[in-house]
Amino acid sequence: MTAALAEPRREAAVSPVILSVEDLHVHFATSRGVVRAVEGLSYQVRRGEVLAVVGESGCGKSVSALAIMRLLARPAGRVAGGRIVFDGRDLLTLSEDAMRAVRGREIGMVFQEPMTSLNPVLPIGLQIEEPLRIHLGMNPDQARARAVELLQLVGITDPQRRLDQYPHHFSGGMRQRVMIAIGLACNPKLLIADEPTTALDVTIQAQILELMRDLARRLDVALIIITHNLGIVARYADRVNVMYAARVAEQGTADDIFLNPCHPYTMGLMRSVPRLDRPRGERLETIEGLPPNLLAPPAGCRFAPRCQFKYEACEKEPSLAECGAGHRSACHRAHEFATGRLAPAAIEPLAARAAMAADTAAPLLNVRHLKKFFAVARSGGMFARTIVEVRAVNDISFSIQKGETLGLVGESGCGKTTVGRLILRLETPTGGSIEFDGRDIAEARGDELRRNRRRIQAIFQDPYSSLNPRMTVGQIIAEPLTVYRLAPSARAAKDRVAELLSQVGLFPYMAERYPHEMSGGQRQRVGIARALAMEPSFIVCDEPVSALDVSIQGQIINLLEDLQRRLGLTYLFIAHDLAVVRYISTRVVVMYLGRIMEVADRDTLYGAPLHPYTKALLDAAPVPDPLAERARAPRMLKGEIPSPLSPPTGCVFHTRCPLADDDCRRVVPELREAGSGHQVACIKV
Amino acid sequence: MVAEAAPALPRPARRSPVLAFCLAQPLGAAGAIAITAMGLAAVFAERVAPYDPVAIDFGAMLAAPSVEHWFGTDAFGRDILTRVIYGARTALAIGFLSSLLGCTVGAVLGVASAYFGGRIDMGIQRLVDILLSFPIIVLALVVVAMLGRNLVLGIDFNLILAIAVPTMPRVARVVRSAALSIREMPYIDAARVQGFSDARIIFRHMVPNVAAPYLIMFTAAIAQAILLEASLSFLGLGVTEPTPAWGLMLSGNASDFYREAPWMILFPGLAISVAVFAFNLFGDSLRDWLDPKFKV
Repeated sequence: MTAALAEPRREAAVSPVILSVEDLHVHFATSRGVVRAVEGLSYQVRRGEVLAVVGESGCGKSVSALAIMRLLARPAGRVAGGRIVFDGRDLLTLSEDAMRAVRGREIGMVFQEPMTSLNPVLPIGLQIEEPLRIHLGMNPDQARARAVELLQLVGITDPQRRLDQYPHHFSGGMRQRVMIAIGLACNPKLLIADEPTTALDVTIQAQILELMRDLARRLDVALIIITHNLGIVARYADRVNVMYAARVAEQGTADDIFLNPCHPYTMGLMRSVPRLDRPRGERLETIEGLPPNLLAPPAGCRFAPRCQFKYEACEKEPSLAECGAGHRSACHRAHEFATGRLAPAAIEPLAARAAMAADTAAPLLNVRHLKKFFAVARSGGMFARTIVEVRAVNDISFSIQKGETLGLVGESGCGKTTVGRLILRLETPTGGSIEFDGRDIAEARGDELRRNRRRIQAIFQDPYSSLNPRMTVGQIIAEPLTVYRLAPSARAAKDRVAELLSQVGLFPYMAERYPHEMSGGQRQRVGIARALAMEPSFIVCDEPVSALDVSIQGQIINLLEDLQRRLGLTYLFIAHDLAVVRYISTRVVVMYLGRIMEVADRDTLYGAPLHPYTKALLDAAPVPDPLAERARAPRMLKGEIPSPLSPPTGCVFHTRCPLADDDCRRVVPELREAGSGHQVACIKV
Repeated sequence: MVAEAAPALPRPARRSPVLAFCLAQPLGAAGAIAITAMGLAAVFAERVAPYDPVAIDFGAMLAAPSVEHWFGTDAFGRDILTRVIYGARTALAIGFLSSLLGCTVGAVLGVASAYFGGRIDMGIQRLVDILLSFPIIVLALVVVAMLGRNLVLGIDFNLILAIAVPTMPRVARVVRSAALSIREMPYIDAARVQGFSDARIIFRHMVPNVAAPYLIMFTAAIAQAILLEASLSFLGLGVTEPTPAWGLMLSGNASDFYREAPWMILFPGLAISVAVFAFNLFGDSLRDWLDPKFKV
């Protein structure tokens, strides 16, 4: 371990500083006052170096990147102070014309949404060639040749033909590669990537980040990655800026930040994410509370209200001070952390959680040969329209015992959400049965369906659109109480709403609020209270935490666990985040392109996975530990998820599988037993 | 269990929504004041207006604006201020009733179209297409020509119908698209998962969320209806003499005398413009105001 620590990551220190941000302040004028979105931000990036800026939403990480590009929304946003020195020039003093020559030419940018950051009506060749012709004055032939070169560089095969295609011909991952090609087109000295992989699946995310880092090294480009994902930071960053409430909380090398954090916020962040590389703790540690409102930030240390180590000195504002070589922390007690005199309590590993006396006799939910096919019209030519069948869910079977949590993981398009919607009967299955508590509800209608609806509830992904904006929180929660006459009187309904609100950690007075007056985490709690109002026994949780910030995620996961214990609930937990699923589930189902690949209890699946897809998924997910990440051989999954419109023959995974041979192209593997409760659909294991 | 953010943001004190609207939307408030003034003038026309709107005074024909006749008089010596005030009654009554009719029918068609989908949607939308393919004024002329007059309590109901018909398809389109996007919202899924009936989902969850486009369309429709009523009256197919109506005041012998007596067309024309402008301002501000994201 010490050897790995001592080994210099790279000789970054010798390469010249390309960007130096000095005491940057950004203000936004809003109708309710001035929001100080960035305050006193300073950092440097060297050529060939990867800097990660980490923080939760609203901490100022994206705004500071936009300020460097001078792309702040005007007139509301403006740089109120500081200098941005790029390659010897202060960008803030350049004329708009001179700045235009810097953008795209010397600083490239890659945005979060690959689906919307390419112009859908122009072929991608034109979009790559445009900066070349404008900035470098290339003629069409030269630009074309360079575009071909760039597509090869970012790993797109058959570049000549692909250049004439439009963005909709490319998958999300491919579009992000095109965006990177555009960003690198003019050989910039700096590339800024704002959440470049947040919208992508985990196996694709690994490919893109690997590509970006390699290119940065090879082309000697400085790379700034803005992200909220600590795993990405550990795997790819050389240096890290942790931002909190418009300020830098801590900055240093990745090793400093992960192995020897000196700011309680950094520590809290790392301890509040469920981790694949650690034994599961009893409860997730969370950072309680919410980040401050930047319209009226608290005096003194901004993190103090949520900090477990605060003392009198925290009422004064801490300055960003050295606590190690090149390692700075904005905490009064940084030295105590650095010398190890002060440390948060160790996380207790969970001694095999007392199995929830799961009733093994009859499963609460038993899904058999469930199928859902959607008919999609595809236009083939001007008038011809062919109907194509999408097999969103193709013959899957699993069961859930009373009191357990079944995790359902997979990448986008694997059909996991459709499974949830089928069980909720928001969709009617094409075939198969869904037995709930001994009754088949696959084709239930009318009263029978209504009876079941009371017992099966849902928690949705997006806390913003899953609550009716025109109803108060109280009305939303009370509605089922009145419709099903669960409360004898209006008075009783009000009391029950108050009870439900406190059950999910909100205050009864919040019943009068409208959803838009609450934060994302609070809204998700309202969604949970709404589900609980029906007194269900089974809840389908469809990505309930994926839209939330890291520190809030932990709070919601703990809440779900507490409720399960207290009310004896059974969960189907659908998610794409392997670490979250591992944390909360008793058993896990892995899906790929409408089929189940592997089913096992949690520890078996994560400890000894059998299916090559499960292995690849676990391999692709970065963990927040730079040592583990460096020790790991890059074994990423090649290729893209095939289109569900034309799935591969035989095993659906064979196109990306390292073990695949001719048999896999022919035979559809059955899900077979490979140990007690461990099922796998692969003919090679 | 520990709550997230114990003392969250202090809740803003509830203040009168009227005051809040005026502060947030000053232009809309100006429109609302103009509309209220017109409404009051229309309701209390008998008390406000200085003369009888149909009384002919040959002694004061084509009199210029003066202390006795602020807006002057027309070719029959009738006081123009009085007739503009009474004209507001006609304009608002016809504008309000025809918009209410057109928008409500349109909204019902729109929500039904979105909710049921399939053949019902197809049928309704093709009907809407047909109606949309006619210019507004032509469609209104056709209805008036076909139905003739139908006076009840001094109001020509066929005229209201003629103005409502062109309003309807536009509202149906807008409400349908709003309802379509709302039908796909997760909170509608949530309501279905809770086992609520179709009627409850439509009226409790969908309708309040299309109320905003409905109200905005409604205020815009009143402005359009006032203009349409004025146009029809100007063409002699709307309100008939001697009923005071703004459009009517612009036609007839006003066109013979406007050189000598420009006030004959100036004031009714101004009244039309102000009314239309006021409703449009108000409707615009209402749109911003009703968007829950703008409200704090």
